[in-house]
Amino acid sequence: MSLMNWIDDRFPATKMWNDHLAKYYTPKNFNFWYFFGSLALMVLVIQIISGIFLTMHYKPDGAMAFASVEYIMRDVPYGWLIRYIHSTGATAFFVVVYLHMLRGMMYGSYKKPRELIWLFGMFIYVALMAEAFMGYLLPWGQMSYWGAQVIISLFGAIPVIGDDLTLWIRGDFVIGDATLNRFFALHVIALPFVLVFLVVAHILALHEVGSNNPDGVEIKKLKDADGVPLDGIPFHPYYSVKDIVGVVVFLFFFSIVLFYFPDGGGYLLEHANFIASDPLKTPEHIAPVWYFTPFYAILRAVPDKLMGVGTMGAAIVVLFFLPWIDRCKVKSIRYRSIVFKLNLLVFGVSFVVLGWLAMQPATEILTMFSRIFTFLYFAFFVVLFVTSKNEKTKPVPDRVTS
Amino acid sequence: MKSLVKLLIIAVMLTPVMAAASGGAKLLKAPIDINDKESLRRGAQAFGDYCYSCHAASFMRFNRIAKDLDMEEQEVREMLIHTYNEKGAPTKIGDLMEVSMTDAYAENAFGTSVPDLTLAARARGADWIYTYLRSFYVDEDRPTGFNNAVFPDVGMPHVLWSLQGLQEPVYETVMHGDIEVDEIVHFEKIQDGKLTRVEYDVFLGDLTNFMVYIAEPVQVERRSMGWKVMLFLVVLFGFAFALKKEYWKDVH
Repeated sequence: MSLMNWIDDRFPATKMWNDHLAKYYTPKNFNFWYFFGSLALMVLVIQIISGIFLTMHYKPDGAMAFASVEYIMRDVPYGWLIRYIHSTGATAFFVVVYLHMLRGMMYGSYKKPRELIWLFGMFIYVALMAEAFMGYLLPWGQMSYWGAQVIISLFGAIPVIGDDLTLWIRGDFVIGDATLNRFFALHVIALPFVLVFLVVAHILALHEVGSNNPDGVEIKKLKDADGVPLDGIPFHPYYSVKDIVGVVVFLFFFSIVLFYFPDGGGYLLEHANFIASDPLKTPEHIAPVWYFTPFYAILRAVPDKLMGVGTMGAAIVVLFFLPWIDRCKVKSIRYRSIVFKLNLLVFGVSFVVLGWLAMQPATEILTMFSRIFTFLYFAFFVVLFVTSKNEKTKPVPDRVTS
Repeated sequence: MKSLVKLLIIAVMLTPVMAAASGGAKLLKAPIDINDKESLRRGAQAFGDYCYSCHAASFMRFNRIAKDLDMEEQEVREMLIHTYNEKGAPTKIGDLMEVSMTDAYAENAFGTSVPDLTLAARARGADWIYTYLRSFYVDEDRPTGFNNAVFPDVGMPHVLWSLQGLQEPVYETVMHGDIEVDEIVHFEKIQDGKLTRVEYDVFLGDLTNFMVYIAEPVQVERRSMGWKVMLFLVVLFGFAFALKKEYWKDVH
């Protein structure tokens, strides 16, 4: 291993390998929910690689963009496969990220000493939403155009600077070539950089304090003579081989969508997006892609536009403060009270129902439901703050249970 | 008060039109079989004879059709290519299926530009196209002499009338809450076309099938690749799972 020594004298290759993989001790009781972190990382890589190949053929030009996507779908060898991987990957990204976030909420993974991991994660989530939104403009279909129109117009609700702000974002008085070009630049260069940087920070912060687990037990408290946590096993090879199983199962489900339902019945690739963008024709029904719908429902639930935008923003911002809203010392849902369990259940259900509501036309009764579930969404945080201080919890074991 | 009454009368008179705009939306199931190359070739012929020349399919190439539908390039040339390029040479087999009619000309002739049909089946759905093409009825108030139950006041003339014949709508009054609405329940043939009812259904089925094909030419290949990839993943799962079990033997 003289070559390795030569490198290690100049670059901490072996040290990094050990710190982050071979001697990074991980709780041995990870369950199903712990697949989604590594899966999110893999989907990020899939998106970057498929995205690189798409940029080789895509034309960020108002007159050519729509046709260039069809050119990729028809004339570029396996272009259709790359494009569907990228479009399905966007949905998969949000699926795994939402499950990953729910995992964090169930097992209290945002709690001391992991607050920064949660904050970096939240910034990743916001950057991911921006990335997805800007990417959705690029096919330059009707839904790309009008969806962007609706979302950019939200900034117009801000008093005083609103109109100038939307003009500054669009680079034109309407969404046009200038908007398409800058969204392309942000989508393929700026935001991927931000995402990768944040993911590195997220993982470094995680590896600094160590992983939480379904029991919410700190494995570093009990170590053997060599300083190895009693309930810890090295990430590599144990979790690297376990995550491979997760990856294969994930790819199986990914393939079902990719090869058999690439447009997801109009929910992943919307029907109206197969019509080239037309500034003069508004589609009958504009709804954002599914991963934005819970927040869109909250926006629509509030009658006043500015208040609606504020409420929608608050729905995201409040998540950042979760580590301080939840004042319970016990981390895992396994040892927490029935109040917390029900509260989290109602929150999860509200999120899903809001997502569904946003895809329906806003009738009177459905708007009422949107308001009820918006209330329940925010009620989660209030109830959590109030009840978590003196929550009746079960005793937490010293060691992990399985 | 008088103007209010007038407004009400106009509103009542408009009701059937509005009913047709939303109603008549009951779509028939199009008989799509993307693997039926015989049907797709007949559909290509129909598309060339009746659609292509006003409508373009400008993301599709002629030779892609030859390749996918097992046709000789010469056959496709005879079936679909009747135009010449700027240099005076016949349109090439590798070209896109564009048309020479400009938007300005179309707006003069039909009052609207003519939509490109490459992606129509993905934008509207096969059932919509199938139902739309059989829902033209005689309406003397329209400049073309025809109206359509699926797409009211459409600018497109009934180009298939010689095949389908002529039909008139039969209305029935139904209640939508408190409002009486005249809805088209079915059509009555008033003049036979060249095709029988069944033949016309088959003709439209083939045409719709072809439009579903050009909307995503790769779909047959996509599905056949899908199960192979998934089969590979199932086998890979066996190895991955065995590897995991082997490594995890000593944990606990």
